[in-house]
Amino acid sequence: MTNEPVNRLELRGVTKAFPGVIANDTVSFAVKPGEIHALLGENGAGKSTLVKMIYGIMQPDSGEILLNDQVQYIPNPKAARGMGVGMVFQHFSLFEAMTVLENIALGLDDNISHAELERRIADVLHEYGLSLDPHRIVSTLSVGERQRIEIVRALLLNPRLLIMDEPTSVLTPQEVGQLFETLRALSKSGCSILYISHKLHEIQELCEAATILRGGKVVGECDPKKESSRSMAEMMIGASLKSVEKDGGRKFGDAKFVVTSLTLPGEGDFGVPLNDISFTVRAGEIFGIAGVAGNGQNELLLALSGEVTSDTGDAVMLDGEPIGAHGTTPRRFVGLCAVPEERNGHGAVPDFTLCDNAILTARNRKNMVNYGVINSSIAMGYTEDVIEKFSVKTTGPTSTAGSLSGGNLQKYIMGREIMQTPEVLVVSQPTWGVDAGAAAAIHQALVDLAEGGSAIVVISQDLDELLAICDHMAVINEGRLSKTHNVGEVSIDEIGLLMGGVHGDPFATAEMTEAVHAH
Amino acid sequence: MNDAIIISIVMTVVGAATPILLAALGELIVEKSGVLNLGVEGMMLIGAVTGFAVTSVTGVPMIGVFCAMIAATCAALLFGYLTLTLSSNQVATGLALTIFGIGLSSLAGEGYVGKTIDIYASVFPAGLAEHSFFRVIFGYSPIVYFSFFMTFMVAWFLKRTRAGLILRAVGESAGSAHSIGYSVVGVRYAAVAFGGAMAGVGGCYYSMVLTPMWAEELTAGRGWIALALVVFAAWRPGRLLLGAYLFGAVMTFELHAKAAGFSLVAPEFLAAMPYIATIVVLALISLRKSAGAKAPACLAQPFKAST
Repeated sequence: MTNEPVNRLELRGVTKAFPGVIANDTVSFAVKPGEIHALLGENGAGKSTLVKMIYGIMQPDSGEILLNDQVQYIPNPKAARGMGVGMVFQHFSLFEAMTVLENIALGLDDNISHAELERRIADVLHEYGLSLDPHRIVSTLSVGERQRIEIVRALLLNPRLLIMDEPTSVLTPQEVGQLFETLRALSKSGCSILYISHKLHEIQELCEAATILRGGKVVGECDPKKESSRSMAEMMIGASLKSVEKDGGRKFGDAKFVVTSLTLPGEGDFGVPLNDISFTVRAGEIFGIAGVAGNGQNELLLALSGEVTSDTGDAVMLDGEPIGAHGTTPRRFVGLCAVPEERNGHGAVPDFTLCDNAILTARNRKNMVNYGVINSSIAMGYTEDVIEKFSVKTTGPTSTAGSLSGGNLQKYIMGREIMQTPEVLVVSQPTWGVDAGAAAAIHQALVDLAEGGSAIVVISQDLDELLAICDHMAVINEGRLSKTHNVGEVSIDEIGLLMGGVHGDPFATAEMTEAVHAH
Repeated sequence: MNDAIIISIVMTVVGAATPILLAALGELIVEKSGVLNLGVEGMMLIGAVTGFAVTSVTGVPMIGVFCAMIAATCAALLFGYLTLTLSSNQVATGLALTIFGIGLSSLAGEGYVGKTIDIYASVFPAGLAEHSFFRVIFGYSPIVYFSFFMTFMVAWFLKRTRAGLILRAVGESAGSAHSIGYSVVGVRYAAVAFGGAMAGVGGCYYSMVLTPMWAEELTAGRGWIALALVVFAAWRPGRLLLGAYLFGAVMTFELHAKAAGFSLVAPEFLAAMPYIATIVVLALISLRKSAGAKAPACLAQPFKAST
């Protein structure tokens, strides 16, 4: 093409400030036509704010945004779409109770008939080799399929620039592969892609250029194919990255935490029933549970922490003691602590102070309450310890949990449970939304806790995390657990297949139990 | 039972069903947009007193109905300003609107208590409307036909129009609708205003057609029945029509039982029937698990766009 612009997108000195923080400070970079350009940065580095301005959700305080070499003012998303900018959000903007077709119609600005729309959807699906049934209700679709709705919605507008915000965080490795093929086909047709992620190996695989943001500023540009994951990570956090130190030849103790044939019905319309889940964690062992979100992880965490109790006490055993019929408080008494996935409202009370939040879970193991009276000096001391050891950024133990940023609150909650030195710790998404430096610190704390003889269960969607810290792992799919794999001997591909639900054999759990007992 | 009794039963059932159908249709749209306005009773009363007062002053029922709609819409917009712009709690604000409506209508209607107005309006030729049998079909106030028309319009709007799709989307996931670029607050204001207008028409039907006179708290809690009806109908206009007539039948049962000399149960119990039925229906529906899934997902959740 002869009249292609020099740059599809160019930012010149874009600045955006919020009360108390400068989200973007004179950010400048350019994306060429057909280029897949990565925008890299920690949480809070200003990536989301930046793309919101390109997509017209917010407007910059100063600086210019150029599309196809023309300076543009983008007042709202509709205007952005009119200029050929499409966006796929990290949190899908979908309507659960509506059909795929209705969802796509809502994303378009023209009022076109459903028959015509259906024809155009079929064309786009065919062109990029995607499959999607327009008449399904969204709530019945998998996460990968939901993302496809967003992509089709964006593609129908023939975008010249597609913004993808953390698109792979909820996909299986196979779904990621499919997505990358679509994106490459799109880039060949001249559409530029601005790809936001903090998964470095994906960026190396997909992107041709990268801009790195830290604290709202551009701190570097690089060709991801020429850099190592480590060097990019260090640019992102602006410091050298510590690896998790794990003693290779660790010895495990006796079986400490045994779950046998745990079966529970799913709650409500969208709950996933747990089907015959069995696994054993020995003292000093970290056991990982992988899986795509919504396959029973939440239900499993509730069943393990005691928020949902089983009819038979034997289903969950700690040091030979049946605790399956106990609620959370008696389970905490015998040393089982848990960190749920949602930190605000479930892991912590947002309007309570950090100190009060500590009392809520640590009161018994840390003797904060005597004869029903709170000993506030112990509670304050403990809270201060947690804040210090886990470098939680806060004004002190009396600030409310809700005032902390997501990553900071996560550090606090993890610290609050780890420092009780529980016998068994069950955590869900331990480093979700936490920056790389702090994630490494949390991983190290988990490994140290295990070395002290605790049994740890980590439920996570982040395979890299599980492979880095776990000794054994299994995959949960539709409420059933695969057999246990030794982390040293399993490949990402195998785990990926299990996450997609390939196993399906009813004997998997039986095999696994045998394998564990054979140790 | 002779024809005259059947005709009179049908006509009283229509009379009882029409105002709650109108108010419930308005509330259906409001709730579909994700707003819970518990002030239906208050808005109906404001509509009732305005319609009565304006009609008795001007003598033109059309102006009365129009002003009833305007007055109730103003009350609804006040609710909208508090809940949508200032993000106040919808439940508390709705209850306050009802109390406000009861008080305001009593105050404004003080001089009209016990007065009556005599209006006659029919959409059909007098011959048809007065015929002993055709009265059942043609002998109602225009508001009754309007309520049927609106049931159809609301169903068509929600199912077939793009605006209806956007309205449902806002009620289903306000955050998603906002990020795609729809004005959540704007859509909700429009829905709340429509809900007010419909409650206003429903209210003035009591004071101008059914009684027709003004008394304090004339609607006697029918606004609450309209609210229950929306849940009963699982947010579907067709079932709303059915439900309104079912409730209408229950409400008029007392009247006909008395006329027929039925004395097995105390008349007070019969008078309480619609309210008991409301409670029973709501309890039964909440027992049925799938009903919860039919409610708009964002119902009663305040929305604040982050800029």
